[in-house]
Amino acid sequence: MTPNNKGRAGNGNGGGNGPGSRPAADHCVRVCKAAGCVSAGSEEVFAALSDALKQSGQSVNCEVKGAGCMGLCAAGPLVSVEPEGTWYREVTAEDAPAILNSLGGEIVERLHLPTNTPFFERQERIVLENMGRIDPERLQEYLDADGYAGLNKALTEMGPAEVIDEITQSGLRGRGGGGYSTGLKWGTVAKAVGERKYVVCNADEGDPGAFMDRCILESDPHRVLEGMAIAGYATGASQGYVYIRAEYPLAISRLRSAIRQAEREGYLGNRVCGTPFSFTVEVRLGAGAFVCGEETALIHSIEGQRGTPRSRPPYPAQQGLWGCPTLVNNVETLANIPSIVRKGSAWFASIGTEHSKGTKVFALAGRVNNTGLIEVPMGISLREIIFDIGGGIPGDHTCKGVQTGGPSGGCIPADCLDQPVDYESLAGLGSIMGSGGMIVVDDTSCMVDVAKYFMEFCMSESCGKCVSCRAGTSQLFDLLDKITKGEASEADLALLEELCDLVKHTSLCGLGQSAPNPVLSTLRYFRDEYLSHIVDKECPAGVCSIHRDVEAAV
Amino acid sequence: MSVLQEVKTLTINGREASARGDETILEIAREHGIFVPTLCHLHGLSPVGGCRLCLVEVEGANRLLPACTTRVGEGMVIRTDSDRLKGYRRMILELFLSERNHTCSVCVSNGYCELQSLSRDAGITHVRVPYRYQRYTVDASHELFVADQNRCIMCTRCVRVCEEVEGAHTWDVQGRGIEARLISDMNESWGDSDSCTSCGKCVQVCPTGALSEKGKSVAEMSKRKQFLPYLTLMRDKWK
Repeated sequence: MTPNNKGRAGNGNGGGNGPGSRPAADHCVRVCKAAGCVSAGSEEVFAALSDALKQSGQSVNCEVKGAGCMGLCAAGPLVSVEPEGTWYREVTAEDAPAILNSLGGEIVERLHLPTNTPFFERQERIVLENMGRIDPERLQEYLDADGYAGLNKALTEMGPAEVIDEITQSGLRGRGGGGYSTGLKWGTVAKAVGERKYVVCNADEGDPGAFMDRCILESDPHRVLEGMAIAGYATGASQGYVYIRAEYPLAISRLRSAIRQAEREGYLGNRVCGTPFSFTVEVRLGAGAFVCGEETALIHSIEGQRGTPRSRPPYPAQQGLWGCPTLVNNVETLANIPSIVRKGSAWFASIGTEHSKGTKVFALAGRVNNTGLIEVPMGISLREIIFDIGGGIPGDHTCKGVQTGGPSGGCIPADCLDQPVDYESLAGLGSIMGSGGMIVVDDTSCMVDVAKYFMEFCMSESCGKCVSCRAGTSQLFDLLDKITKGEASEADLALLEELCDLVKHTSLCGLGQSAPNPVLSTLRYFRDEYLSHIVDKECPAGVCSIHRDVEAAV
Repeated sequence: MSVLQEVKTLTINGREASARGDETILEIAREHGIFVPTLCHLHGLSPVGGCRLCLVEVEGANRLLPACTTRVGEGMVIRTDSDRLKGYRRMILELFLSERNHTCSVCVSNGYCELQSLSRDAGITHVRVPYRYQRYTVDASHELFVADQNRCIMCTRCVRVCEEVEGAHTWDVQGRGIEARLISDMNESWGDSDSCTSCGKCVQVCPTGALSEKGKSVAEMSKRKQFLPYLTLMRDKWK
């Protein structure tokens, strides 16, 4: 079977109007159907627009379509009108007739969302290039946007070693947090001896506040499948698994329908793109354990065992799923692959900094005006992200810092905001790139409380296999709780630091090894806040309720 | 010849040693009379690396490695007794002691407890972190044995011996983090377990007083672990 590529656009990912801007109708109204906007009521908006369209009899020159995440989740539900490129914010079902009536005429001013703002203009989109521009449930729209061209190119024009070389040359590093060279990992799996090999897509996104992987899978599932198929071809695997948490029902259903469509059209299954290469993908649901994002725990979970990590080495590249060499890559890493193969490693390596190439998707959240999903080139400063793209801090408050990397990351103080965002620089600041959670903290937040929040998360997500993480995180949480209640002494602070060192260096897996990071980084930059809780019995931000004898007397 | 059977030479605590590629650091250390403390490891059961007491320093490795699961490598330089490691081991033992309820004076295994003897060797006189005193009910429903989870350290030796040697898989772990605990069958009381063969292997491999024979009073429950190497030897021989 030869894939049906007819009608594919030569270059459909250019300017603001995107590949989907050549509909049969004069206008195309797209409604964001990612989880953020769906929870804000975009399904109702979609239904109202479709109904209004039927009633108005305009059906000849307009069509209403769904779209993946459009990015500015804070202003959802979002609606865009093509080919004009007009965006509308916070649309409700009642607004449907107004939007339809405006087509070809004046825009609806009260709903208008200008797209010439830094939020849109400062972003550089590779992974998210199709988001908001194609319907994630229609393969044809992905094909029109050069979809599966990378796979086709890899299979027909390149050998597996060439693909690996291309990925290595591009400088792509793991986007799940570790930052390990993707090309090197692929090369290791390709070299490993084994009758069967596997490609696993890690979609067990568990950081609080992070939703990059969910949005990618909800908005552009074929891109991840294409990345997996290329990885399978390069490493010699013919079976892939997507390990995704069951809390993402929308992403799961879109992924499943994407797999069915791709199999039907010959992009997955036997004889992919008419070549001898075969690759099938299965979805495995996780029960929502944070530790299952750790690759060895994830592998145990896919095998049907209890999701606990094991000591490495041997690494999964040598002995993974059912003892076979296994490539485990994060969703965003795989989503970069089609573009790299299609446009070449030199193009990708031209973006970013010396050691961190390409772009990074962040889920911008916390005390910032424009919360949402953003993709920025590596090397951009934190200040640009927060104040240009994020639109600054709401109200009269000042930025105190930014938390990156979720419970495994750290807090970066406001005076370090000019540092570039890349793997080395964030690590130097005591944080990590992580999978892409970015939480902005202002002066209304207490840093001890922030550290306590993440420690509580790690404590409840520890699997309990090794004592350092199991007992260590709960002791750390108790100590932080004591500090926030104003009951701690300076001896407790010393114990806190000693325990952090122990848990960091003696835990079995990454969860425990990185669990103390939020505490260590807040101790490094906001030690005075800890001391005010301990010595002055005061919470500078007024968050922690410290019960004093005086208050009790009143 | 497989790579794993190749002979490697290495240095452990300044002494030169040779080893087969499929041997672990722990095996080599014990072979050379170097004591490395362990609680979850037991010869004859699969290693898990959960107690973190056998962590050693290996030159060039970016983190500490568990001796029980790490295979030797050519030219490895291993240190098992640095002050840093001793400090960590002491704190880990304190975490074990703080986790549940380890009151030796009223424990059936007093005098025969591995946690107790390691703590004594480490010179632990008090625990710096607060005791958690989690409360668990004692399961005395089995006709021969008693399970007292208040003494359990989650080493999972019982889980592994039951699954790997007896083949019954009566024991397993439920819950996660600090809430993780042992269960028999589908969280039934031990006495109601259909899979338990009452072989008692779990009781004999338990390092503390968590699993004991009925009728034993304070300081009477000594454990017999000698059967395990014999059983695994016989099993391998007839495989």
